[in-house]
Amino acid sequence: MSLDWWTIGLYVVLLFWGWFSVCGACYDYNHPDLFSFNLNSGKQFVWILTSLLLAGALLLIEKRFYYKASMVVYVMMMLVLLLTIFIAPDTKGSRSWIPIGPVKLQPAEFAKFAVALAVGKLMERYGFNLSNYKDFLRVVCLFLLPMILIIGQKETGTALVYLAFFLVLYREGMTGSVLFAAFMFVVYVVVGVKFGDETVSYMPASAGEAWVLLLSLVSTLLLTWRYCKDSRSLGQATLFSLGFTLAAYLFSAYVIPFNFCIVQLIINVGVLIYLGVEYAITRSYRYLLIMLFMIASTIVFYACDYVFSHNILPPHQQTRIEVLLGKNDDVRSAGYNVNQAKIAIGSGGFSGKGFLKGTQTKLKYVPEQETDFIFCTIGEEEGFLGSAGVLLVYLFFIWRLISLAERQPDTWGRVYGYSVVCIFLFHLFVNIGMVLGLTPVIGIPLPFFSYGGSSLWGFTILLFIFLRMDAERNFKQK
Amino acid sequence: MKAYEFERRQFVIGGIALLVVVIYIIRLAVLQLAPNDYEEISRNNAIYNRIIFPSRGSIYDRNGKLLVYNEPAYDVMVITREVSGLDTLDFCRTLHMSREEFDDRMAWIKDVSKNPGYSSYSQQLFRPQISSADFLVFQEKMFRFKGFYVRERNARQYRYPNAAHVLGYVAEVSGNDIAENDYYNAGDYIGKQGVERSYEEVLRGQKGIEVLLRDARGKIQGRYNDGLDDQHPIPGKDIVLSLDIELQALGERLMRGKRGAIVAIEPSTGEILCMVSAPTYSAFDMVGKQRGENIMKLLKDQSRPMYNRAISGTYPPGSTFKPSQALTFMQEGIIQSDVTSYPCTGGFRYRNLKVGCHSHASPLSVKPALSTSCNGFFCWGLYYMFGNRGKYASVQDAMTTWKDYMVSMGFGYKLGVDLPAESRGMIPNAEYYDKHLKKWNALTVISIAIGQGEVTLTPLQIANQGATIANRGYYITPHIVRRIVGGQLADSLTRRHFTKASPRYYEEVVSGMRGAVTSGIGTCRGAQNPWYEVCGKTGTAQNRGHDHSVFMGFAPRNNPQIAVAVYVENGGFGATFGVPIGSLIMEQYIRGELSPASQARAAGIASRSVN
Repeated sequence: MSLDWWTIGLYVVLLFWGWFSVCGACYDYNHPDLFSFNLNSGKQFVWILTSLLLAGALLLIEKRFYYKASMVVYVMMMLVLLLTIFIAPDTKGSRSWIPIGPVKLQPAEFAKFAVALAVGKLMERYGFNLSNYKDFLRVVCLFLLPMILIIGQKETGTALVYLAFFLVLYREGMTGSVLFAAFMFVVYVVVGVKFGDETVSYMPASAGEAWVLLLSLVSTLLLTWRYCKDSRSLGQATLFSLGFTLAAYLFSAYVIPFNFCIVQLIINVGVLIYLGVEYAITRSYRYLLIMLFMIASTIVFYACDYVFSHNILPPHQQTRIEVLLGKNDDVRSAGYNVNQAKIAIGSGGFSGKGFLKGTQTKLKYVPEQETDFIFCTIGEEEGFLGSAGVLLVYLFFIWRLISLAERQPDTWGRVYGYSVVCIFLFHLFVNIGMVLGLTPVIGIPLPFFSYGGSSLWGFTILLFIFLRMDAERNFKQK
Repeated sequence: MKAYEFERRQFVIGGIALLVVVIYIIRLAVLQLAPNDYEEISRNNAIYNRIIFPSRGSIYDRNGKLLVYNEPAYDVMVITREVSGLDTLDFCRTLHMSREEFDDRMAWIKDVSKNPGYSSYSQQLFRPQISSADFLVFQEKMFRFKGFYVRERNARQYRYPNAAHVLGYVAEVSGNDIAENDYYNAGDYIGKQGVERSYEEVLRGQKGIEVLLRDARGKIQGRYNDGLDDQHPIPGKDIVLSLDIELQALGERLMRGKRGAIVAIEPSTGEILCMVSAPTYSAFDMVGKQRGENIMKLLKDQSRPMYNRAISGTYPPGSTFKPSQALTFMQEGIIQSDVTSYPCTGGFRYRNLKVGCHSHASPLSVKPALSTSCNGFFCWGLYYMFGNRGKYASVQDAMTTWKDYMVSMGFGYKLGVDLPAESRGMIPNAEYYDKHLKKWNALTVISIAIGQGEVTLTPLQIANQGATIANRGYYITPHIVRRIVGGQLADSLTRRHFTKASPRYYEEVVSGMRGAVTSGIGTCRGAQNPWYEVCGKTGTAQNRGHDHSVFMGFAPRNNPQIAVAVYVENGGFGATFGVPIGSLIMEQYIRGELSPASQARAAGIASRSVN
């Protein structure tokens, strides 16, 4: 057995760093005893100790047990998730917490490892091929099911974490164009909404529309270049489409200002026709997919534009999105959390205010300061040094896990390893991004830092099952 | 294994992780390292400076009698969030308010545009300064009034109704006060008028600050930095006035129904023994919730009771000005005592000009001139002084010399008394006449010699002249504060100011003023008494209406203890009100009591009104 002490070391560092942060966030001026059970810091300390015990116990369970049990565990876990919807009491609109004695557990936090095990098991199966759309759908269903169940518990944020499995699939051979397309759609929405009301200098053309049309044109051409090496007239198509776009822009800018987006739209339709012709010649379905992407791009943008300009969304959601995109500065209502979080982090400066000296978080100016917004406490009390430090430790932690995943002897181990990597990466990306005002406010914890026994245990289980697998990597397979 | 071709993708995923971390670190650097005001904002969020008010100094009279002190007052506070199940009817009855008042006040508190500091979690002022009786009842019932609290504050209280002008009062700061001085915040108290104002900084002390941490809901969570940044309040200092409250009360009684002022000064120290301005008001009116209303009423009163005539009022001094003239003429050598005699044939006559005088022996020298208050003598003196081209190059020159004498005697400028709103009075100078009269000479301005015309003085300046004569040639800036407990009086209040006339001539003036009391034809015969020698000078100041009755005097002649000026507007002859009031004041102060005969006199004067 060769345990990876690097990972264990980083885990312990994150664990105790997290505890100090929880201390800072929940410190009560009237009860300065950090170990008191009245305080979350005291409770978290117990969760940390039990997590360490749990980690030790998990290292004792052999890999083959997980291998055999993974599907059973998955099914049981799905049943628990389903059951939770019906038996969990309503806590602030969410039905995900089950009270057991003095504590409340959140099954959704424990489901991740079961899904990761099952996904690995499925992909390990002989003959499994991601390019086979049936296999692809199977594996997607495996993590879409818990997503749906968790959305049923009204925990949308936690459910979104399962999207991280797409990145695992990418590693296993899913075409990158799917990720690229998803990324581009997000860009369209952001650019389209953010610049929707602005015009291109003095011209009667929407800046958002112009940019999105240009981006969809360029990304379509890039996809064609990347995936359809057989296209002979791509060069001409690129030259003509970009050339005409530029000409329309210049004409509008220097001769007669007009809404040149119409020209862009015509050019994009032209490119669609070109792709259709190529399909007719080559009969390669890739052209069809790229055409689909281009049509979807336009639809995504115009749908989004319509939704925003006609106030289809409930007002609170609309303002939330506007706040995120910097279009709405109402710091009293919708932007309050994000603004106070910024103040907390910004006031920390280079070296922070010192342990237990942060006021923004302790005095509850930042809401959810012990759980989802825990990173504020780090920013405020430990400053740039501490918060950049946490990010770097996480980076090394994730890199270490990637190298561990890569050295697994079998697909199952590797897929499980990447599941761990991608889940941590997703949490890091969304949680800290939300605190820094870069991603939407989605309530998911920062692993090992946010207060809460369920998430701490959930992440510990996720990680240590993998460490046990890794420890067995040199064993001869039976 | 076929998966090898995808092995490179580990770097894509690792790269994504790197990209995310790098973007976030850049974002952190922007937030934390670039110059910003987040630190300031977070401080403003969290830090609450609770002000601790020091106790205001008490005020005593010269005999150690307590005049002004602090008493707890009770404000009813409310935390709106905690109010539940209130029996409004009972509540309103307890606080003697109507249901409408209750609703209005609640609406006001919750209106953020009117009450910017509103938070439903913190105490808001519901009703200020309820009476002690109401407080006792309220406290009994407080357990039923959830969300309501009582805050104790100090309020000013007065032991005597007297000396309201001198003491002044304390009220909430105005917008101007806040703008002028950073020390004050809205809702603070500040001394207005009187000693409360002029000794504001001594009496108030220094506010303390408790640096506290306030959570997002406005609740106090603890001390900031373990209280290391706290500042302890410095209590205000007590003040001992030079005022004798008994004397003051007598003075106010004597001035009842009249307009005018009494000022008494201890000549050797410049301490003001009493300062009466009539009509006056009761110091008790300046207390509690009714203060604002009372002040409005007083301000509307035609007789201007809030106006301190003793230091703000400027009056023609009339004949009480003559000693200053005698001194000037003697010092300048215009007249020699016992030698120079001027005729007075029913007054000063020169061509068409006539200044009237009453009948007395003529010609006469300076002492009897003072005793009989001869107008003719002093007009001739000024005429010869201003006409003396051997001594002065021009009439302007002579005028300037004359003015310098007057200024050295404390006229024409503020004396610098330690009370607010002192007037400077008026001593004309050469430029003034050049501007207003073009061509002028002694005859044009002759009435200034007898304290009429352009000359005006405050009653304080007249009293100070009495003190100067009592001191034979110097005065100490009159002041109302005798001692600051644990502090020091300003140097300017203890310095001697010598006039331009020498003590030798003062002795002559003293004899003349003594003669006014003792001689059969003296104007102050009414001030004669068996116990001590009084020196006095009356004045009957002409003005548009009925003459003003004025008296200036001091006693005893040697080692004087008190100098006094009495000014009764439209009181007629100086002997009518000025002399008896002045002598009663001196008697009360020197003997400590009034003889039965004097008491009867006092009662008589107190009952007489001047309309």
